[in-house]
Amino acid sequence: MGELFWIFISALLVNNFVLAYFLGICPFLGVSNKLETSFRLGLANIFVMLITAVCAWVLNTLILPYAPYLRLISFIIVIASTVQFVEMAIKKMSPELFRALGIFLPLITTNCAILGLALFATNKGYDLLESLVYALGAGGGVTLAFVLMAGIREESKILDIPKIVEGTALSLIIAGVLSLTFMGFAGMFSSN
Amino acid sequence: MQASQTSDRHRIAEEFLKGLWNDNPVFVMVLGMCPVLAVSNTAINSLAMGLSTMFVLVFSSLLVSTFRKLIPSQVRITTFIIIIATFVTLVDMLLAAHFPFIHKELGAFISLIVVNCVILGRQEAFSSKNAPKYALADALGVSAGFVFALFCLGSIREILGNGTFFNLPLFGANFEPWVIMILPPGGFFSLGFLLLLFNRIKQKRDAAKSQLKAAASWKQNRYTTEYVTEKDEVDL
Repeated sequence: MGELFWIFISALLVNNFVLAYFLGICPFLGVSNKLETSFRLGLANIFVMLITAVCAWVLNTLILPYAPYLRLISFIIVIASTVQFVEMAIKKMSPELFRALGIFLPLITTNCAILGLALFATNKGYDLLESLVYALGAGGGVTLAFVLMAGIREESKILDIPKIVEGTALSLIIAGVLSLTFMGFAGMFSSN
Repeated sequence: MQASQTSDRHRIAEEFLKGLWNDNPVFVMVLGMCPVLAVSNTAINSLAMGLSTMFVLVFSSLLVSTFRKLIPSQVRITTFIIIIATFVTLVDMLLAAHFPFIHKELGAFISLIVVNCVILGRQEAFSSKNAPKYALADALGVSAGFVFALFCLGSIREILGNGTFFNLPLFGANFEPWVIMILPPGGFFSLGFLLLLFNRIKQKRDAAKSQLKAAASWKQNRYTTEYVTEKDEVDL
């Protein structure tokens, strides 16, 4: 139990996918302007990550021992097509959920955070339960980063900002400060 | 014939230069940020990452552009990804066999070249619509721009964060390295400030251009008014 808890906390805060591993930077810098949208994007991310974790574990234990060189290709294709299937299923079964996650699902699938999750979880040799907890933590961390960033950007709209800093440069500098803050969580592990 | 050949060569050169500077994938289009920030903590790492990306981009562009008429448009993205993933697997194995220390440093980020939006973006926007020679020029230009940007960032971060360049010490023993620069926040900060610098250059260039334009239009106005008065005089 303790082991699972630390996997979760580590993926959520200390090794935050966005702020420490730089995965999923594109949506982080590009899309997150509204709090509501980025929260939904984060939820969709958690969802796809959970599916990915299962796919990656199944592929890695059942098929890849026979053909290790197919790892990357099979991860991408299997994850992308599974997400498409799940998207269709949700559309049929629960239109409300589809509307909430909706357009983000196909976009997220080719995001580096998703492939990164599959690669890291299999590199670390997690079993199914550990992979799921890892995916939950990583997805939560991504959501946290998106929501924080969107909140700051919403506030910064009403501030008087020099024209030269506007846009990506400002987002990157804000991200730097956020990342600096999250480095503080690294202390949680050295004390244990 | 001669003229079309020179214009052809001209276009190839244009496609190459466009990616290198005006449409630089990192500084102008802000694409492919994950590897740019993640592995640019030393000059060697960033160069290795840049060259691996170059290899993948050039070969997948060539392949996509050669088979562009055979790829059905409904499954083009999937096809592009499979082609890219094949070359990335190749690079991954090559590095693991010949440069194990670099492979260990870069780790999973080599595999993550697959999802670099610069590569998929070039296939979708350019290679799938143009002949192989233009696709090659475009891929070389864009990847040279990418290598250039990564190398800039990697050098800055290594020099400030470690006081070394390609592992050679630059400063005396009294230099206190800015450790933060080789840690994750340093990546965000250095890229942010480089983009600021680029914005500044662009702003200055735009200002100069509009000044030039204003001067030119003033001159032209004067010329036309003079012309009109002369003509009026003649008429009179």
